[in-house]
Amino acid sequence: MTAIMNIGLNHFLVLSGTLFFIGLFAVLSKKNVIAVLMGLEVMLSSVNINLIAFNRYTSPEILTGNVFAIFVIALAAAEVAVGLALIVAIYRQRKTAEVQDYDLLKW
Amino acid sequence: MTFAVMFYVIAIITLGSALMMVTSTNIFHSALLMLVSFLGIAAVFVLLQADFLAAAQVLVYAGAITVFVIFGIMFTMKGDARKTNRFSKNAIPAAVLSLILIVINAAMVLKTQWPVSSHAPLEETVSSVAELMLTKYVVAFEVTAVLLLIAMIGAIVIVKEVKKPS
Repeated sequence: MTAIMNIGLNHFLVLSGTLFFIGLFAVLSKKNVIAVLMGLEVMLSSVNINLIAFNRYTSPEILTGNVFAIFVIALAAAEVAVGLALIVAIYRQRKTAEVQDYDLLKW
Repeated sequence: MTFAVMFYVIAIITLGSALMMVTSTNIFHSALLMLVSFLGIAAVFVLLQADFLAAAQVLVYAGAITVFVIFGIMFTMKGDARKTNRFSKNAIPAAVLSLILIVINAAMVLKTQWPVSSHAPLEETVSSVAELMLTKYVVAFEVTAVLLLIAMIGAIVIVKEVKKPS
């Protein structure tokens, strides 16, 4: 009971890992390419929980994990901008937003 | 005790909305549930005493990225909205794989002895984050600025309508 009610590093790591694999499930199983992108965002965001939890519980006096998480957030913003631009450009060409129709590079 | 209750409530909201995001067949509902999940993650940051990160999470993820995604949905949606977000044929293998990985991850985390420090967390995080970012990690900070500029220019160039030569 104390292991359940005494919240520590383990609880946050399990939470972020579970969220990461839910995002992986969305990436692997969805047809719509924007849903795939959303799963990717959830994965990136769950990694931040991991960074901050380690920062908070193993070295709370120096905030390196927070700085890394800020870089991850900036990268996620750049990634979603370029990703959606690509989706819009492909949609203009092929009039579809389903992943299995994006087969121009397949032979 | 209250910390534990808050943690479990936030965890259930975050994981539940993420799971509903995956299983919903309406992609617009998926986007809104993703927003709830991001706000839950911001609350987790508050629990971990990373207040600046919580604010950045709300601004960037819940604000900018959700707006971007909803813009993309509106641009590419056609036909019946209730059928816009279906599973592909590898949904069941993907679900099994994710479930196995969740269990493995939880088992590994719970088996490991982490080097937990008993040091009290910093009261005020913004100034220490700023100091680290502008001294030790200043090169990475500048590179990130350049990366954001490149991403912005790249997104504009990719989306820009190409005029056909007449």
